[in-house]
Amino acid sequence: MKDRRHALLELGLLAAAALLPFALQAIGEDYYIGFAARLAIFALAATSLNFVVGHGGMVAFGHAAFFGGGAYVVALLMQAGVVSAWLAWPAAVAAAALAALLIGALSLRTKGVYFIMITLAFAQMIYYSVISLQFAGGDDGLPLDARSSLAPFDLGNDRALYWVALALLAASLHALRRVAASRYGRALAGIRQNEARMEALGYPVFRLKLVCFVIGAALAGLAGALLANQNGLASPGQLYWTQSGMLLVMVILGGVGKRYGGVLGAIALLGLEEALGLVTGHSHFYVGLALLAVALFAPRGLAGLLERKA
Amino acid sequence: MNKKKTIAALLAAATLAAPAAFAADAVKVGFVSTLSGPAAGLGVDIRDGFQLALKHLGGKLGNLPAEVIVADDQQNPNTAKQVTERLLKKDKVDFMTGIVFSNILLTVAKPVLDSRTFLISANAGPSQLAGEDCNPYFFNVAWQNDNVAEAIGKWASDEGMKTVISVAPNYPGGKDAVSGFKRFYKGKMADEMYTKLGQLDYAAELAQLRAAKPDAVYFFLPGGMGINFVKQFVAAGLSKDIRLITSGFSADEDVIGAVGEPMLGLFNSSHWAHDMDNAANRKFVADFEKEYKRLPSLYASQGYDAAMLMDAAVRQVKGKLDDKAAVRKALEAAQFASVRGKFKFNVNHYPVQDYYLRLVRKDEKGRITNKLMGTIFTNHADAYVGQCKMPK
Amino acid sequence: MTQLILEQALNGLQFGLMLFLLAAGLTLVFGIMDMINLSHGSLYMGGAYLGAAAAQAAGSFLVGLLAAMLGMAVVGAALETLLLRRLYARDHLAQVLATFALILIANETVRMIWGPQPLPLNPPAALAGPVELFGFSYPAYRLLIIGVGLAVAAFLYLLVARTRAGMWVRAGAANREMAEALGVDVRRLFTGIFALGAALCAAAGVLLGPLLAVQVGMGENILILAFVVIVIGGIGSIRGALVGSLLVGVVDTLGRALLPTLLRAVASPEVAGHLGPALASITIYLLMAAVLFFRPQGLFPARA
Repeated sequence: MKDRRHALLELGLLAAAALLPFALQAIGEDYYIGFAARLAIFALAATSLNFVVGHGGMVAFGHAAFFGGGAYVVALLMQAGVVSAWLAWPAAVAAAALAALLIGALSLRTKGVYFIMITLAFAQMIYYSVISLQFAGGDDGLPLDARSSLAPFDLGNDRALYWVALALLAASLHALRRVAASRYGRALAGIRQNEARMEALGYPVFRLKLVCFVIGAALAGLAGALLANQNGLASPGQLYWTQSGMLLVMVILGGVGKRYGGVLGAIALLGLEEALGLVTGHSHFYVGLALLAVALFAPRGLAGLLERKA
Repeated sequence: MNKKKTIAALLAAATLAAPAAFAADAVKVGFVSTLSGPAAGLGVDIRDGFQLALKHLGGKLGNLPAEVIVADDQQNPNTAKQVTERLLKKDKVDFMTGIVFSNILLTVAKPVLDSRTFLISANAGPSQLAGEDCNPYFFNVAWQNDNVAEAIGKWASDEGMKTVISVAPNYPGGKDAVSGFKRFYKGKMADEMYTKLGQLDYAAELAQLRAAKPDAVYFFLPGGMGINFVKQFVAAGLSKDIRLITSGFSADEDVIGAVGEPMLGLFNSSHWAHDMDNAANRKFVADFEKEYKRLPSLYASQGYDAAMLMDAAVRQVKGKLDDKAAVRKALEAAQFASVRGKFKFNVNHYPVQDYYLRLVRKDEKGRITNKLMGTIFTNHADAYVGQCKMPK
Repeated sequence: MTQLILEQALNGLQFGLMLFLLAAGLTLVFGIMDMINLSHGSLYMGGAYLGAAAAQAAGSFLVGLLAAMLGMAVVGAALETLLLRRLYARDHLAQVLATFALILIANETVRMIWGPQPLPLNPPAALAGPVELFGFSYPAYRLLIIGVGLAVAAFLYLLVARTRAGMWVRAGAANREMAEALGVDVRRLFTGIFALGAALCAAAGVLLGPLLAVQVGMGENILILAFVVIVIGGIGSIRGALVGSLLVGVVDTLGRALLPTLLRAVASPEVAGHLGPALASITIYLLMAAVLFFRPQGLFPARA
């Protein structure tokens, strides 16, 4: 009964989100349609990281490599004349997954703080490699001449891009829920609680964790492909460690391991920045205070707060 | 549903069809510039020059109340892109201006120009927008990046310098500055050093310069980069053996104020000087000093001219900003009193103007500042205008 | 050529020692309290601003340096007692969130007080010129930095290796529970370490100020290098932090200096200018990844 109510609530929220552009157009705030697309894209990126951190128990500090990497794949392909989203976006996903396979295979030998640092190291190596490449635009990044073509859909306007991002976010959330409930997901949960025991029981722990890391990266690559389209630019800042930190902060803020942790974190952080930026020139000060309050008083993040209320 | 659409279409048609005879009731200017970080001094000067012009014009551009929305790009293309999007889509500005760096200008130019918003560069003048990518909606009221460098290159040749090494940041403006220098410098370029844009510690480059021993070092390092470079150059004891030459960008008030005495005797090129003798300039310099308690730099003069250009254009079209073709024509005419004296746009919307030699020395009040020494080029155009096929 | 390499090595030593000032405090906090403090770089920025403001007010660089160290020690101690202490028992993720929040707060606070433009900070006039050294000139100020860095390293070594407080620190780094059981007042020790770490950060900020720029965001870029240093050296080890700092300093400087020169033999100046610095930066992270791969606890593991 409770599940049905939840499912209905979710569908209702999704419908409301889908209708949002009409409401914004009605009040003449078209600009915020683009902003909403940005929220959906970052929500997808944070959700992908939450899968790695929350379900896989791996505190990865290099997620920007996959997120920004996806953006660069789309921009580079467009520069080479590949405009079709049907080709470029899967390529971004594949490239991120492949990179994660290599990085994960090398990094998963370490644990805890050292895992944090080695994922950071690989992400920084990718950042510096990309800015050293002139055909990738160096420090300036690579602007896109146009948006990807998702024929038969037209991505030219912000509304279409928002819907595509929203649909991909909803589909990813649904898929990740199915994965978490599967046998693989339960094994992953077992590893998170007691790795040694699962190892002793004969589970291929290393491989299971690697798969989780790769899934998270692949979704981040998809989010990156969307971001390049929204922003019209693949920029080195999206590969830098501060971007990894930002995504991690979104996850912790929203709720580590919570189904909607990434979504809540992304909306809260970006929404707070936008709202405070309008009323005060020093929005980051207050954003900082809010994050600090969550860190001290809401150990399970915003999702935890909502659950307690429900 | 169908009916609704029809009504909407009719309404839209009505707004479009209405003759654009209605004058706008205000002019909105999006001012995106570098206002934080080591290069903030440049953006601040452009902004202050622009605001001074507005003050002279009574807060109006072409008799319409002006609303200037200032945003900081943090010298970051990604940030610039986002604030520009907001200015275009949310604030719906009529003009964009203020950008300091060429890489940032090139990143935001497309969305601005595609939205048919006039982009008046008060500084960055990348070669791309002067040549193949020239655009009816883009105007540069300052110079093409190569120009000021060409002038100092010509002078270095005339001075008989044999070997020169260039130091410039690795970005479009830096590359333009080196190619401009080389175009008129006839001696030997012993080496070209490209540093990271925003680099502040030049220990590694200075050690290489010491080993290479050229006659002169030509450096193009705007803002805090140049301040640190000159200080460290002197601290490393290189000024004894190697001569420094530069374009006006690294020899103006911002750098002189921070470096002080070691700047004395530095020859540099510019399209403007605070001691140029014309009525507009005398008023600009005197009021700038009164308002901000410092001498204006060439950046401030460009910000001032940008506002005056907009004022003239809005006045000429009588506030009818929707008539883009008329606004463009009015901008092309450039009927304003530039602080440089005469001012004229080429077909690629870049200036055709004179370039001068300046020397840093103590003035009669004992201040270290630039003095106008002579003219290097007269009615000088840029090298890319031939590649520009400006749409009629 | 030897002169060029010698000069570059000195530059590397200078940069490495400044990194050491940052890494020393970070490694102790990380090693003993098992606390990830992302806001360590903010202490460096705060010190630089405080120093620049004090130096300007007093007209003396030395006053600025001392005021910054003292001021940031107080700030560090206050931060530890009022806030960070609550985070020791929490997991790393909560620490990341809280200290990331502190970075945002610190950056905006500095912007509110001093504005968005960098503050000017000049070296003492007596040190503004060059000195003659083995047949070439070297900036006197950089030489001073090297001297101060070496002195601090020696001081820390004596403090940790020869004093009672140092013994507590070593005991705490190796096994915190055991040290507590033996009657070490861990709470006071932690506050003391934090204050010392903050003062060292401030020193680095003021000393590097004239060579770089006193500006908002200066802490973030150097913070990650400090983390790399302590991971290479082994978390919790002062000796490791010193070795790691010098390795990173020299690799970065030599890479930035020599790679573009070598690359120019095979590529255009523009390409070399792009590739050189980036490759040097990659080398540092490659170094860290390799160290972690072969010695997962760093070069000098503090824990037995």
